[in-house]
Amino acid sequence: MKNLKYRALLIAGVVLAGIVYLIPSIIPNLPPWWTKILPKDRIHLGLDLQGGMHLILEVEAEKAVQNQAERMVEDIKDSLRQQRIPFTRVERVNKWDIQIQLANAEAQGDLAKLMEKDYPTLKPAGAQATAEGFTADFTFSEAQVQHLMKLATDQALETIRNRVDQFGVTEPDIRPQGEDRILIQLPGVQDPQRAVALIGKTALLEFKLVSEEASSDQFKDGKLPAGVKMYAMHNSDPASGQRSDRQIPLRDRTLMTGENITNAHVSIDKQYNKPYVSLEFDAQGARQFERISGENVKKQLAIVLDGTVYSAPVIQERISGGKASITGTFTMDEARDLAIVLRAGALPAPVKILEQRTVGASLGSDSIRQGLLASLLGGIVTVLFMVVYYRISGFIADFALLLNIPLILACLAAFEATLTLPGIAGIILSVGMAVDANVLIFERIREELRLGKTPRAAVETGFERATLTILDSNFTTLIAAVVLFQFGTGPVRGFAVTLTIGIFASMFTAIIATRVIFDYLLTYGRVKTLSI
Amino acid sequence: MEIIRSDININFVGMRFKAFLLSMFLIVGSLAVMVAQGGLNLGVDFAGGTLIQIKFEKATTPDEIRGALKDLGMDQSAIQRIGAAADNEYIIRTDVSSEEMANLSDRVGAALSKKFGEGQATVRRAEMVGPKVGQDLRQKALFAIFYALLFIAIYISGRFEMKWGTAAIMVGVMMVGVYLLEAVGLSALALIVGAILITLGLCWILKLPYALAATLALIHDVLITVGVFVVLDKEFTLEILAALLTIAGYSLNDTIVVFDRIRETLRKERKQPFIEMINTSINQTLSRTILTGGTTLFALLFLFLFGGTVIHDFAFAMLIGIITGTYSSIFIASPLLILYQDWATVKRKPVRKPA
Repeated sequence: MKNLKYRALLIAGVVLAGIVYLIPSIIPNLPPWWTKILPKDRIHLGLDLQGGMHLILEVEAEKAVQNQAERMVEDIKDSLRQQRIPFTRVERVNKWDIQIQLANAEAQGDLAKLMEKDYPTLKPAGAQATAEGFTADFTFSEAQVQHLMKLATDQALETIRNRVDQFGVTEPDIRPQGEDRILIQLPGVQDPQRAVALIGKTALLEFKLVSEEASSDQFKDGKLPAGVKMYAMHNSDPASGQRSDRQIPLRDRTLMTGENITNAHVSIDKQYNKPYVSLEFDAQGARQFERISGENVKKQLAIVLDGTVYSAPVIQERISGGKASITGTFTMDEARDLAIVLRAGALPAPVKILEQRTVGASLGSDSIRQGLLASLLGGIVTVLFMVVYYRISGFIADFALLLNIPLILACLAAFEATLTLPGIAGIILSVGMAVDANVLIFERIREELRLGKTPRAAVETGFERATLTILDSNFTTLIAAVVLFQFGTGPVRGFAVTLTIGIFASMFTAIIATRVIFDYLLTYGRVKTLSI
Repeated sequence: MEIIRSDININFVGMRFKAFLLSMFLIVGSLAVMVAQGGLNLGVDFAGGTLIQIKFEKATTPDEIRGALKDLGMDQSAIQRIGAAADNEYIIRTDVSSEEMANLSDRVGAALSKKFGEGQATVRRAEMVGPKVGQDLRQKALFAIFYALLFIAIYISGRFEMKWGTAAIMVGVMMVGVYLLEAVGLSALALIVGAILITLGLCWILKLPYALAATLALIHDVLITVGVFVVLDKEFTLEILAALLTIAGYSLNDTIVVFDRIRETLRKERKQPFIEMINTSINQTLSRTILTGGTTLFALLFLFLFGGTVIHDFAFAMLIGIITGTYSSIFIASPLLILYQDWATVKRKPVRKPA
């Protein structure tokens, strides 16, 4: 048995590597020399074990394309005016087609030239002379639509990442899923409602003028002058957080958006001890804000976020310096979240929650406790059974069996995989499979012994014959595990991972580790009879 | 120690027709119940909807909970106690899953706190799955079953018969067949049934009795597990799907052990009738079959009893699967070989030759 030494070395190596990978999960504070050269990844617990929130969002990317078309409508109007091309209307029709109506057909050549030069992303989609003049349709090419949608999804992902980072969640997992979905996992989130509000907010900030014409009567009847709409005014009690919104009439025209905000943070009003959000604009934004405030002195300027008015102060004087503040009635948390979304920027398109799963920390810790208890009891019974049934050989098998658990956990840490509750079930199952393998081998050895073979020959044939069967029977389980991994999400994927690792670990311990002990005993222990 | 004596000789194959009858009864029965109930009882993962798990400090009843939810218009929800009676834990399930109800769990928590008192009811888990995701998961689940069956079928037809060339032919025919079925626009469920039929048909045409028997045994195990769930009206969730796929892989374990033994005996060319030889092989491997099934069963039993509410049904499905898997490898899989042999001797050359 010359190669016995090498096999023993292999096992020692694997065990040592396992210990090295496991240590970070067991000892919380490792010395710096360790973290520098040795693995420092700990076993990640899934949301079902540590509590937290799982979200799948859908980016309504088509809206982003529509918004882009809306912006181009405004740009085209400006260009037409500059080029002195007379037009009666420019508007977005259908999803993202742009229809331009010229006063007469003579200017169609100029229009075509202008569109080709300044708006190359828009493709002509038919034109005809009508009673009112001349109508031309333009639309985005399919490639351009795809590009814009992808851009919107990417940007939404980035914005949400920024928001979550600033919200302060440890180890969040945010990644794109499919074409227009975003998967978000937030371990340990205490207040799921607040987290959802923060993440899902479009955060489109607009500055609009409060309508002075609308009297309180009109406001009741709902008969509003043209270009005026009612908006909800955010009003929550700073102490209790109770919302009691009221209505306020605003002019439709948006004077400015939050695009040019470079920074936003919460400050406390010393006088009233109330939180407010201060904003800083970039150079372009500062100029724009200065002009708007100068033009509208003594008027009420509403600060609108996603269609809700947060504050509507009266402009006292022209504001220069690129700073503004949103004072209103909100709680500290609301003010902080408002600052986060303003800093992180708006989402390019609204998002919709497709799936939301929340697990409380208490259920998570219960699951860990119960999972461990079940594993422990199952383990003890199995270990005892093996010793009773196979005596010393069973004892050897138990050693290999117990080696499985640290090996599986070490692999989890090494592959940065996540341990979930079904994952714990997967570990239990793979320990069961390790027993299977040992049973296969031992039953075979017993058979060979009954045929009158020597212990050494019986062990050799037993392992040889059983190995192929073990490989076969595990392979089909492996197929199931791999398919599950490909398909699975969250907890189920955790199951597939531990099952896969467990299959390999159990084959390693049953076929290689147990065999080395047997060979050692038969070679150096001068064992004449097998206790099996 | 020995539970099963090594010279045991039970006439298992003699019971084959009773076993077939029992299995047929179980499968046809569960299919009938499934049809009667209008399909499986799908969990929120697949059907969409909202599931909220609540722990109460004091004992309560579903009717009391229902009363508290009346203001939310949720008194039609299914309310079910889970775990031990002393835990006071309930699951509330509704079909609501639209985005305006995104914070449903908070509102349910608030409504219950109002009725039962602050801190008396805690939301421990809330799962909201939109209809779109539910449909996606349903589709994905069916494809997962499909691919698992496909790969396992290919593997066993290649491995059992040691005819990888034949297996390659199978892969080819399978691909074309599935492609055609897909092109016709069949649903994923029809695709699975189609693939199973193609597999079985190919096994028959290509004379692969072992693969045929193993595939049938596998389908048998999965169908009976599904049947038990249908009869007990338990919910189908992602975890149950995982359990079913694992059963599909695992049920072959024992079958492979017995089949390996049968082929080993065949190779020795003993002067023994085919039927007797199969019975000897089953008996020779019986100890292993029972032990391997038994140890896994024990581990799962503890998971079932002590693993907590979340993993309860998963452990249950696995338990059923292991039991039927062990049963089928003794009473169904190997006797099916005899059935094939009987048919084959009528129409074709006998299968008896070392593989």
